[in-house]
Amino acid sequence: MDGMSLSDMGSILAMQGFNGLSLFCVLLLMALGLAIIFGQMGVINMAHGEFMTVGAYTTFVSSHVASNYFPGLMSSYFLIAIVGAFVIAFALGYLTEYLMIRHLYRRPLDTLLATWGLSLGMQQAFRSIFGAKEVSATLPNWLMGSWQPTPGLDIPLNGLFVMALTALLTSGVVLLLYRSDFGLQVRATVQNRTMANAVGINTKKIDRITFALGCGIAGIAGATFTTIGSTGPTSGSLYIVDTFLVVVFGGAQSLLGTVVSAFGIAQAQSISEFFMNSSMAKVLTLAAVILILLIRPEGLLRAKVRR
Amino acid sequence: MKLIYERLLGGRQGTMGLVVLCAILFVVLPLTFDLFRLNLIGKYLSYAFVAVGLVLCWGYGGILSLGQGVFFGLGGYCMAMFLKLEASDPEATKIQSTPGIPDFMDWNQITALPKFWEPFHSLSFTLIAILAVPALVAFILAVAMFKRRVGGVYFAIITQAVAAILTILIIGQQGFTGGVNGMTDLKTLHGWDIRNDSAKYILYFVNCVLLVGAILVSRYILSGKLGLLLLAMRDKEERVRFSGYDVSNFKIFVFVNAAMISAIGGAMFVLQVGFMSPSLVGIVPSIEMVIFAAVGGRMSLIGAVYGTLLVNFGKTYFSESFPQLWLFLMSALFISVVMFFPDGLAGLYNKYVRGWVDKRMAALKGRRAIPRAAKAESVPGSAT
Repeated sequence: MDGMSLSDMGSILAMQGFNGLSLFCVLLLMALGLAIIFGQMGVINMAHGEFMTVGAYTTFVSSHVASNYFPGLMSSYFLIAIVGAFVIAFALGYLTEYLMIRHLYRRPLDTLLATWGLSLGMQQAFRSIFGAKEVSATLPNWLMGSWQPTPGLDIPLNGLFVMALTALLTSGVVLLLYRSDFGLQVRATVQNRTMANAVGINTKKIDRITFALGCGIAGIAGATFTTIGSTGPTSGSLYIVDTFLVVVFGGAQSLLGTVVSAFGIAQAQSISEFFMNSSMAKVLTLAAVILILLIRPEGLLRAKVRR
Repeated sequence: MKLIYERLLGGRQGTMGLVVLCAILFVVLPLTFDLFRLNLIGKYLSYAFVAVGLVLCWGYGGILSLGQGVFFGLGGYCMAMFLKLEASDPEATKIQSTPGIPDFMDWNQITALPKFWEPFHSLSFTLIAILAVPALVAFILAVAMFKRRVGGVYFAIITQAVAAILTILIIGQQGFTGGVNGMTDLKTLHGWDIRNDSAKYILYFVNCVLLVGAILVSRYILSGKLGLLLLAMRDKEERVRFSGYDVSNFKIFVFVNAAMISAIGGAMFVLQVGFMSPSLVGIVPSIEMVIFAAVGGRMSLIGAVYGTLLVNFGKTYFSESFPQLWLFLMSALFISVVMFFPDGLAGLYNKYVRGWVDKRMAALKGRRAIPRAAKAESVPGSAT
């Protein structure tokens, strides 16, 4: 790196940092829904990635509809698509909880297998409906292009949009959990289910809504991802291991922990990608996470919960 | 003598199940299928090792590992490394720029055999490594997790991540591992050609003998005090701990055992199929192997074999005839086995067939049938 000037180095560092931030947002968006579900019910939803894909396909379909039938709506369809993605994923999640998950609360390991089965079925359904080829939504103009604060530094607008949305969604979830009546009931259920029941909280209903909410958030995440990549039947399953690790690494029942661990994993990976090829970077990052988990199994931050 | 009968063979019920299984494996299948299909069945039966291991650690120990493919793969890769070295002697590889090293290394501009490949020239080292390497990995994982009382869902996620890491590593380091294609073109085992017909027959039978051996060893482990402790731990871990047992040591023991059994399966897979690739290591195969055990019945060692055969026959048949349908079926299988038949085939057998068989057997011997209900109560989770 002798031939590089200082400003080049600075730009590279900034770009690499930005890549890390993008990955952070991706991981956080995916992990957010999972963290809520896992923290609340101790259930791991293996089909989480597929709920994301539902959101992504919703966006694809609405972009298709908008560009073919309502060209005037092209600039704003994306916001409608996000709402649609949330609603559809929420409804599917609600149904899943009602038909499947609630029968398995006493057997968390079996939930893992059953939701894995669900994810296989959903993948094949996507393949049958939308085809095996990857599709991508037509983005509105205001998401195209990039922002150049200084020459040599090129920050894509869609990346900025993903970041803004991540920040918005995360604060929304935090507000919902810590400043609303519903959040109070959720936290009460997590902390002591029996007592929550005794004071008149319908914990079964809370479980169902929480699960659906987690799936809905996954739907929003999927919609967001259409701005940075294409969607295929199996694209949800690509990140699923990373997402689980983010949640476990952060410490269950701790939203802050999820944020911190998503940030740590994303930065570790993108910085090490600077020194080696990406597959080794990924191996090293995952191995480091597992190593830390072996030493500190409860995760980075752990909420004080009486079990 | 009685000890062997009761513990190793599992009493009358267990012996009967074992005899039927042996008859199917050693007589019925070789007589009904041609060599091509038999070789395919041999491949399925190598997966059955993993399923047997899962009965041990998941069914009895309550430890769900979503990374058994790791141990299957480690065993398989150890075997494949030996075979690959033998297949790439300087004579056979003289067209390469560096003769005497495996072809994929040559393609990746590697000019000398890496250090960790050297010991795999020796067959005895390889045979030890097939068991020792997976056992070591399993031991480290198990000690780290179980000593800190981590289990359940966390353990499942971590093992799954290990499977992901190993796959990425194998694919990424293709100069050392053969990458995504794996190790192919395996020819001889210590000078013995494993590709011709007689070798395929012999390997099939060796595989079956080893599989039955694995079942017997597992049954011996489970039918003793350890088996009872495992069951007790699975259902009320705290109570066992307060009774003065070191719970984690039992878990470590059973997990390492399951890993070694899986590794034997991996090695037999390589010998019969003639290649090893990361597609057998990763998350998807690992979790599919769990469903083999679940379909057979998570508490049934013999059921695990039938479950593996059934699912794989189904997979081959449906993915040849109705590829669209297969994933839906697999999905339905996962969900329905978990939700409606948690005891799998063995559960169905115990519920519907066993009473009838018992009655027949008793009638044959002219004795009064033992009431089925009482029998089922007295041996909860007997290793059928």
